[in-house]
Amino acid sequence: MAYGDFLIQKDLNFTVNHGDVFIIMGGSGCGKSTLLKIMIGLKSPATGDITYDGESFWTAPADEQELMKRKFGTLFQSGALWSSMTLAENVGLPLTQYTDLDAEERREVASYKLSLVGLAGFEDYYPNEISGGMKKRAGLARAMAMDPEILFFDEPSAGLDPISAKLLDDLILELRESLGTTIVVVTHELASIFAIGNNCVFLDADTKTQLATGDPKELRDHHPNFVVRNFLQRGTAVPESDAA
Amino acid sequence: MVSLGGDWLLGHDLPGADPVLDRFRQTPKPGSVSFESAALGDWDTGLITALMAIHKSAEASGVVVDDAGLPDGARKLIALALAVKEREGARRSAGEKGFLEQVGEDVLDAWQAGKELVSFLGELIQSFGRFFRGTATYLKSDVTQHIQEAGAEAFPIVSLISFLIGMIFAFVGVMQLNMFGAGIYTADLVAVAMVREMAPIMTAIIMAGRTGAAYAAQIGTMKVNEEIDALTTLGVNAIDFLVTPRVIALIVMMPLLTLYASLMGILGGLLVGLFMLDVSLVQYLEQTAAALKLNSLFGGLFKCIVYGSLVALAGCQQGIACGSSAMAVGQATTKAVVMGIVLIVVSASILTIIYINLGI
Repeated sequence: MAYGDFLIQKDLNFTVNHGDVFIIMGGSGCGKSTLLKIMIGLKSPATGDITYDGESFWTAPADEQELMKRKFGTLFQSGALWSSMTLAENVGLPLTQYTDLDAEERREVASYKLSLVGLAGFEDYYPNEISGGMKKRAGLARAMAMDPEILFFDEPSAGLDPISAKLLDDLILELRESLGTTIVVVTHELASIFAIGNNCVFLDADTKTQLATGDPKELRDHHPNFVVRNFLQRGTAVPESDAA
Repeated sequence: MVSLGGDWLLGHDLPGADPVLDRFRQTPKPGSVSFESAALGDWDTGLITALMAIHKSAEASGVVVDDAGLPDGARKLIALALAVKEREGARRSAGEKGFLEQVGEDVLDAWQAGKELVSFLGELIQSFGRFFRGTATYLKSDVTQHIQEAGAEAFPIVSLISFLIGMIFAFVGVMQLNMFGAGIYTADLVAVAMVREMAPIMTAIIMAGRTGAAYAAQIGTMKVNEEIDALTTLGVNAIDFLVTPRVIALIVMMPLLTLYASLMGILGGLLVGLFMLDVSLVQYLEQTAAALKLNSLFGGLFKCIVYGSLVALAGCQQGIACGSSAMAVGQATTKAVVMGIVLIVVSASILTIIYINLGI
């Protein structure tokens, strides 16, 4: 993937399984958010493709792509709520777009989604009237509005206090358990990675390619590449060749 | 061996690293450089920057640096600064461009901007198609809100400016026409000038500054906050949702505002005419009515719709094309206004020529 002539990452090859909590991680500037944008259809890859259940995304025609995109829900880094609409209207817009519910029913669904993320009672607040953490949670409620098959999170715990981050982790696991949602998270918050991640890909900014895939705990303890172990051990890894 | 002494503080005269750097350039090159700092007083970043310069120069000349004689804190700070290697390919050269190169780039940029505008116009037309078929996603409350903001709330400024323009035209007319004893024709001058040309153009330019800029800023800020990305990922067409309601609002309000501006202009002329000419109210109004033909009125109204569409087009296109920073929003707003005004004036010329040839 590249911006014009500026290469960001090459030779990426990994699989996200149904029901995974898949972590995309790497040092700053390695292209994690760009990879996420390619996966949700906001930016096209310079070469290569993404397939969902065997169906190719980037070679499909535009209306096929729209159908595939309906299965995604995305939480952007600062929530990306529409500033001219209340929280209930924000959560309700995807419902207007894709369902035949009337205004009363949409409001009920929006209330329910907002209470799932702990924002019951804030339906008629505008995004500029709530805190950063609340904006993120409202963004998550909107991402979940259509019960998507795949949820994408862009740095969900950025700016959240430890308790809120833990509650978010719990919510992510609950979504996987009860709704069978596949979750893709871009993050470098180690506590979350080990708490919820069961599969991952590690992107490296210097070699501009992926260095590892698999269970993060395995990679932390046993991966042969020092860069990967060092990242997952928060800089305390010993640069010896893998003996264990 | 470099001896550091005295105070090395940023706010005061810094001794600087030049003597050491000069020594590096002489031959024979020193094999290594070490420091002793027994006489060193207060120091801060001023000392560190000098030491960093020595380090960089030493690395380039192949001289070994021995930091042992430096104060503890200084040594640790330098180690920290050198810890993460400079990322390859990240540094940008601050090269200066020649004049011709700059002109060439500007022409290419302008050409690119033109192409983007035409492409945006195409998308807007497709969006209108969806609107007429009823398949577009947008909020009706958005359209009425924009009508209020772009139209109703612009009445004060449009009144003021068109009234004053009418008065100015009347002044100029009276001064010149009175020399021929034809002062009464000021009424014709003001009426025809306002209705045919001045009301549409002045209203459109006011809209460009007021509303075109607002559209660019609103949509640009949404772009910076990733709100447009959020719309796209949810399958909502950003043009349908954001742009077309604004364009429709402006197209609906422009004729009304222009009619109103023409009226205010004529009133302004009337005021001047009554005071400076030896005519009665009825005479002036009769003259005005006789001068105005339906062709002029409809010609003016068609022009104002064209201008209004161009203003909305420029404002929304710049908003959508906005970069990702506060500065980018400012640039987008400025370009929206400038582009809007340029488009207005160019289309004014083209339409005037067409009208003359059609005899309107």
